[in-house]
Order: sequence, then structure tokens, then C-alpha cells
Amino acid sequence: MKYISWAFSRVLLLSHRTCDTLLWQTNMGNKTDVWQGTLALMVLKTLEALGPLHGYGIARRIEQTSGDLLSLNYGTLYPALLKLEQEGAISSEWGVSENNRKAKFYKLTRAGRKQIEQETRSWEQTTNIVARFLGRSGDPA
Amino acid sequence: MNPLRAWLIRLAGLVPNERRERELADELEAHLQMHIDDNVRAGMTHDEARRHALVKLGGVESTKEAYRDRSRIPMLQNLLQDSRFSLRQLRKSPGFTLTAIAMLSLGICASVSIFAFVDAALIKPLPYKDPTRLVAVFESIPMAARSNLSYADYIDWKKLNTVFSSLDAYQRGGALMATPDGAKPARTARVSDGFFRTLGVSPVLGRDFFAGEDSPSAPRTIIVSHSTWQTQFARDPNILGQTVTLDGDTHTIVGVLPREFHFSPAEPAAFWLPMKATSPCELRRSCHTIYGVARLKDDVSIETALADVTRIAKLLEKQYPESNRDQGAALAPLTEVISGDIKPLLIALLGGAMLLLLIAAVNVANLLLVRSEGRRREIAVRSALGASTGRLLGQFLTESLMLVTSGTALGLLGAHWVMKLLAALIPEDMLQRMSFLRGLGLNERVIAFAGVISLFALLLFSVTPSLRLIWSGLREGLAEGGRGSAGTAWRRVGSKLVVVELATAVVLLAGAGLLGKSLYHLLHVEVGFEPDKLATLEVVAPGAKYKDDKQRIALQQQLVQRIGSLPGVQRVGLANQLPTVGEGSTTWFRVVGRPHNGGHYETPQREVSAGYFETLGAKLLRGRDFYDSEDQSKPPVAIVNQALAKKYFPGEEALGKHLTYLSATPRPMEIVGIVDDIKESALDATTPPVLYVPCNQSPNGYFSLLVRTSQSEESILTTIAATIREIDADLVTLGPTTVRTMMNNSQPAYIRRSSAWLLGAFAAAAFILSVVGLYGVIAYSVSQRGREIGVRMALGAEPGNVYRLVLREAGWLTAGGIVVGLACAIAAATYIRGLLFQVQSWDLPTLAIVATVLGIAALLASYVPARRAAGVNPVDALRAE
Repeated sequence: MKYISWAFSRVLLLSHRTCDTLLWQTNMGNKTDVWQGTLALMVLKTLEALGPLHGYGIARRIEQTSGDLLSLNYGTLYPALLKLEQEGAISSEWGVSENNRKAKFYKLTRAGRKQIEQETRSWEQTTNIVARFLGRSGDPA
Repeated sequence: MNPLRAWLIRLAGLVPNERRERELADELEAHLQMHIDDNVRAGMTHDEARRHALVKLGGVESTKEAYRDRSRIPMLQNLLQDSRFSLRQLRKSPGFTLTAIAMLSLGICASVSIFAFVDAALIKPLPYKDPTRLVAVFESIPMAARSNLSYADYIDWKKLNTVFSSLDAYQRGGALMATPDGAKPARTARVSDGFFRTLGVSPVLGRDFFAGEDSPSAPRTIIVSHSTWQTQFARDPNILGQTVTLDGDTHTIVGVLPREFHFSPAEPAAFWLPMKATSPCELRRSCHTIYGVARLKDDVSIETALADVTRIAKLLEKQYPESNRDQGAALAPLTEVISGDIKPLLIALLGGAMLLLLIAAVNVANLLLVRSEGRRREIAVRSALGASTGRLLGQFLTESLMLVTSGTALGLLGAHWVMKLLAALIPEDMLQRMSFLRGLGLNERVIAFAGVISLFALLLFSVTPSLRLIWSGLREGLAEGGRGSAGTAWRRVGSKLVVVELATAVVLLAGAGLLGKSLYHLLHVEVGFEPDKLATLEVVAPGAKYKDDKQRIALQQQLVQRIGSLPGVQRVGLANQLPTVGEGSTTWFRVVGRPHNGGHYETPQREVSAGYFETLGAKLLRGRDFYDSEDQSKPPVAIVNQALAKKYFPGEEALGKHLTYLSATPRPMEIVGIVDDIKESALDATTPPVLYVPCNQSPNGYFSLLVRTSQSEESILTTIAATIREIDADLVTLGPTTVRTMMNNSQPAYIRRSSAWLLGAFAAAAFILSVVGLYGVIAYSVSQRGREIGVRMALGAEPGNVYRLVLREAGWLTAGGIVVGLACAIAAATYIRGLLFQVQSWDLPTLAIVATVLGIAALLASYVPARRAAGVNPVDALRAE
């Protein structure tokens, strides 16, 4: 008994599981790579539309905007926000929410606006290309 | 978007940051509260609202975990963690850690040091332009496949060939250099004008020889080596235009060679002179003194080139039958000529060092395997708590990485010194000739080699303990609770590894034994004289002072007389070349009175004094020695060795017969004596037929003195040198030594001695490592089987049975190792056949001794744990676990 507990205490220090991050669950299945990039764009667009906002607000807004087609695991939002902040697209500061809760507010930086432009363009391009394929395959001729 | 910025921030995130953690907790708490508030507003109860918010978030802890992964670099984080843990682990068992690192660094040190020599001699590209297109050019004769060219032949080959873009000549030489302190011997090389252009080498200072500068009428110019510039001229930037006086002639310095330049066939050479072909020899087509080096034309292979020069040789043979009969052609890649001599030695040593490394690595791998057995529970617990297999393997990898890194660092450090030590052990003279060894050092190729070795070691060390993970289910470790039988993985692999170790030790021991035996045979080969108590030195009489034969003869007689009367000196002789050196000139002769068809009898010729044979202690079989008075006024005479008598006078009495050189006017010389064969060749070659003529009938200004003493040779050498200076202060003496030393340091002996010693050292280390390895394996096996042995003894097994149990296991392993080793040893020995002398690769006594010694050592090594096992009290053994 004693032996096991000793091993336990030492092992705890070491065991860090690598987290399997399934970011999105939609009715289309799991398409992590596509959705990961998209989530960033959705966050940025949300901040562009609504101005400084806390994480919870962003999550709710994304769900609403998607017409509740997307079911977002809110937890995955925070690493994505951190990533954007590390890249300098957004910045954060503590503030007070509409119902008087202390919360961390995120807002777009100038780099973030530029990123929106870029990503919008490339996203449009991608959808355009895909749309052509879909259109042609649907064409009976 | 700035990924670099993100990476930097994440790198900084490796430093633990409490504020960040707190803020994250606060942020998530705020998130939950807001969500709960919304839910409550939507009509849920508080508990329901909280549960729903948590589910939607996906758990606080896992969100935090994902956030943390993003805020730093998980892989690096793991690595740091693993490293800290590995360090702790390694520190906790310093015995294991130190042993493993020591073994590893020993193996790496040995193999890297030897590889540095291999690199300098065989791998490092030669310091010439496009060195693979260069070939060495020889004439081939029945006596030697690679012989020198005559100057006239060289000129014709140069003119007539269609395969070389250039062909040039070189010759090693020596001269007396005038210095303020009197004449000093200097090493020189004579080269044709295009020599450096053919090699593609340009001087770092000054200019190359220009075309035609080697003609006798051109002013005397000279190029100096880089080391000469450094040592004799103190790197004087104004060296060009200064003069050097060699053998009385003044030469103007026109260039300095690059530091990295070397050309061992002509070295050591302090000075490079243009080859002005004026000597009587160089005017004779039959006198062969120079070697060629050529650059192949772009699309020409060495075979095509050989065909072309052979064609020329045939042409010349037809044109000049007298001088060119049987004078063929031979080509070889220049690389082979530069360092080909020591290639077998280096290959053998590298093989030995790699085997030692193998043993060391296997020993360490075995230790790791045993350790991983002991860590079964730890690993099982970690895996039960969710550590992925990758993460567990990562832990092994980190641990091995630490071992290998420290082992490699120490090994390289050691190699740095060992290399210098080994180079210092090479006799000075030989080191200078092997000028390519100047490139010895820890260069990028050697470092890369060390890198590859350590990668392999790393792979081996991380794979071995991981095998356990793969073979035995992880959870087994937990379930068994450590009460298991000896680890199955270890049984499967670990104990077999010791067979590899023992086999390797057998190979190394056998190799060292065979080489040692070869050396012994070589040093005890029948030389036909008494090599002990013989002192020798070379004397050079300046040509300006000793111009004619009379003066030279007088000098030689004076030397013999004065030195012969020194106390302790018994007898003094002279010769133009000493035995066992394996160099010297040859001559063509025919037997007077026999029909002559123009064929060449070619044989080495030695010019010796009266009393030379007696001084040597050689046996005159029949006839008489030369007389002191036999000079050119007397009828020519000769003494032949028994090999010559047997070869050219089979079934006849050679004594009294007459020989003559193939000169235009025959000068018959009478054979007045037949001497028992003296080793005039190198020690490892068979003695050829040799012709001895009195030095008084063809006197030289350059000869070796041979002194038989009754006291120690070293002490008499100083007295002799002093006496020579008394006779004439202008005489230069070189290389005072004893004949015994000369033989011991001769190339065949040196190569075998160095290989025998080095392989011997490797073998000793391998022997110890493998026996210790076996001991470890048996001791571990016994400790693992403690319970089993306890049960057996409790059930009535006698100590004898336990001994048998343990020794049987050891016996099988040892027998396996020795048998595999012997087979490999015989195979390996055929690779070093070239180094063996009068020993077969399957030499039974050597192999038997090796097997016996290793067998006994193995028995002793396993007896200790066996005794411990038999002495165990069964009750203790059963309780212990």
C-alpha cells in the first residue's frame, strides 16, 4: 500500500496527457482543420461587429449568428483567443460586464483588422472554387 | 498574423507564471457565472444551470489544459520535464550512470581517435585540384610491379602518350645545406617543371616553376615548403629572392608552398628543386631513379591510360632492346600510392575500435534493460494514470539522450588527447614521411562520424528498454505487483546480448593474439647476422671536398681505422645500404661464358667494405672476404649470397665464376666468396639474390658505418660521432642508432607492433567489459530467481544443484559466445591477412588460448553469483519478496 502511494505521488508530477482537441461538433461531422481556421475568423468578425467583448459573449454570438447550426464547445474558444492574442490580432483587458461581472474583454487590434481582410479574401476564394466544383457536378450537361 | 511572435510568447510561457494561471481561473469563473446567470434567467434551477454551463464549456480542467498547451510549447515542456526527471533518475543511481557513461565514452574515444587517422590518411581529399584524376606512373619489371622510371623513358612517355593532360616526375633526395654553423643535412625533392601544375597546387607566396626552368641551363631556383618557411625563415614575408646553398650550389627562393600541401612519396622535403637532369645516371636510359605523376585527360579511364603507356613501353623496348627489355608500365591512383601502405593497418584498427564500441554499447544497453525491469511498476503506474506510450518512450529517449550526450562529449575530449598521444608514438622519421597525417584532428568529418555513432547508440539505448513496453503488457506490471519471475523481456534479449559481447571479445583477443604472434615472428625472423651490439650511423662526405675516388677511399679507411681503435669497438664495416631496410639500388648482370640473349638478370647490389660481413656477424660459407687493398687497380671481385648462387648457379659451384654488368665493355668480376643470406629486404619479405662488391672499387661519398661493440651501443655512438668530427669537421653524420632499434622501428615491424598494441588494448578492454557483462547478467538472473532457488532448496535441492543451475546458464552463454566468436575471428583475420606474418588466420594455439582464457574468466565471473545463490537460506529467500 505504501509503495503504491509513493509511486503515485511521483508519477502525478509527470503525467500530462496530450489533449485531443476536438474543436467543433457539427451535424457535418468533425472537420477540425477547416473549422480551426474558421473559428479564428468568426471570432475576429464578431469582435469587428460588436466591439470589445468577453469570451462568453463571443461564444454566444457565434452560436446565434450561425442560426444555432453550430454547436460550439465553449472551452475550445479560450485557446483560440489565446492564439489570436499571441499573434497580435486581438488584445485583452479586464473590465465589467453588462450584469456587473468582472470579465476579460477582447478587442481587435489593427493587425487583427488586416487579418480579417486577408482571411475574408482567401475564404471567399476558397468557397468560390469549391462552389464551381459543386455547380459543375450538379450540371446535367 | 505573426506566427513568430506567437512562438516567442509561447517560448516565454515555459517559465511558470502564477498570474496567468490566476487570470485564467478568473476568466473561466466569470464565463461560468455569466452562463449560469443566463440559464437561470431562461428558467433553469441554479443546479441545472450550473451543470449545463459546465457541460457546454467542456470541463474547467480540460479547458485549462488546452489553454496551457497553447500558452507554451507542450513538446518542449514535456522534454524539460522528462529531462528533469531523467537527471533525478540518473543522479539517484550514480553507479549505473557513471558506469554507462564511462563505457560509452571509452568506446567513442577509441573509435573516434582511430577514425581521425583513417580520415587523415584515406578520406580527407588530397590537397590537389581534382585529386581523383591523378595517377602515379611507374615502370614495371619482373622484380617489382611498381618500379621507377629512367629520365629518358620519362621524356619519351611524356612525348608519346595520348592519355595524360600532363605527366611530371619527382624524386626524393637529400643535400647538405650551408648554414652559419656548418653544413646541415636537408631533405629535398627534385621535380620536373610542371609538377605543381599537374597537381593543381600554386604557391601561397611567389610563383611556381615556369616551363623550362628544369633545363640544366636555367638559373638555379627553389621552392620551399610551408614548414621550412615557418621554422627556418620565421615566416619572413621577404623570403622571395633570398638564397639557399645546397651541396655547394646557390639557389634563389621563388615560392612557398601552401600549408596544407603534402606529397608523401617525395617527403619529407624542406626544399623542392627543379629537376635538372645532368647526372650521369639521368643521361643513361638504363638508370632508373625517378617516379611519375600524371593527370588523366577528361574522358580517359585508368585502364585506357595503362594500355597507352604499355604500348609506349613496348615501343621503347623494341627501339632500345638493351636498356628497355622487360621494362613494362604500371599506373595506380595517386591516393593509393600516398597512403596505401597503412591502409590495412588503419582498417584493422578501425575494425577493432568499432568492436570495442559495440561491446561498450551492448553493455550499456544491457544495463538499461535490467534497469527497465526494475522500473516496471513505475511505468505501469504512469501508464495506468494515462501516460501515452509515446510519452513513456519519450522518457526513455530523454534518459538515453543524456547518457549518450555526456558519453560523446567525454569521448570526443578523450579522442582529442588520444590522437595526439598516438601521433607522438609514431617514430619521427616515419611520421615525417606520412605527411598526410598533418591533417589529423577533430575536423567536421570526424565530428560527423562521432555524431552518427551517437545516433546509433541513442537508438539502441532507447529501443532496448522500450522493447519491454512492447512485449509485456503494461498493466501486467501493476497486476503482478513485482512478484514476478525474472523479466521475460530481459530473458529474451538481455541474456543473449552477452553472447554478442563475448563473441566480440573473442574476435579482438584473437586479432591481437595473431598480430602479436606476427610481430614476434617478424622480430625473430632469420636475418643472417647478429643484430645486437651493433651501432650504426650514416656519413655524408661533402662532394666539393671529396671529389675523387682516392680521397673517398682514404677517408673510409681512416674512419675504419680510427673508430676501430676506440675502446669497446670490436670491428667496423661500411656499406652503402644496411640490411633490413628494404631499399637500395639494383643492377643488371650476366654470367660470363654463358650465351647472352640480351635478358636482364636484375638483382640488388650492395657496396661493402672488407670486414663488413665480419662486423655484421654474417656467415661466409665459402671463399674469402674482400681485401682492404682491393680498389680499382685490382681485378674486379664480387661476393654473392646463397640465394644468388642457388638461383643462377643451380647444381654448380658459383665460386670462381665471373659475372659482368651489361655495360658496353664487359668487366668480368670474379665471385670470390659466397655468404649466407643476409636479410637485405624488408623484414617481412623473402631475401632476394644479392650481389656484394667492394666499396673500394666503386666508392661513394655517402655510406653507413656499422660498428660492433662490446659495450652498450648508445654510449659508443656519441664517441663515434665525436671521432668523425675530429677526422674532418665538414663530415655530416645522420641517424645514429642501433641496428636493433632500426629493425624494431622499420615499417613492417612498426605496423605490426602498433596494431598489436592497439588491438591488444582494445581486446583487454573488451575482455574486461564482456566478463563484467557476463557477471552482471548471471548476478541479475540469480537475484531475479531468488524465489525460485529458495523454493527448490526448500524442496530439498542441494547447493550442488544450485551451482549446476547457475553455471549451466553461464556455461551456455559463454560457450555460445566463444563459438560464435571463434568463427567470426577466423573470418575477421582473413581481412587482416596482409598484416599477419608467418601466422595463419586460423592459428590453432592462438584461438585455443583465447577460448581457454575467456572460458576460465567467464567461469570465475559466474562462480561468484552461483556461490551467493547456493549460500542463500531458503526461508529468507522465500520471505524476501
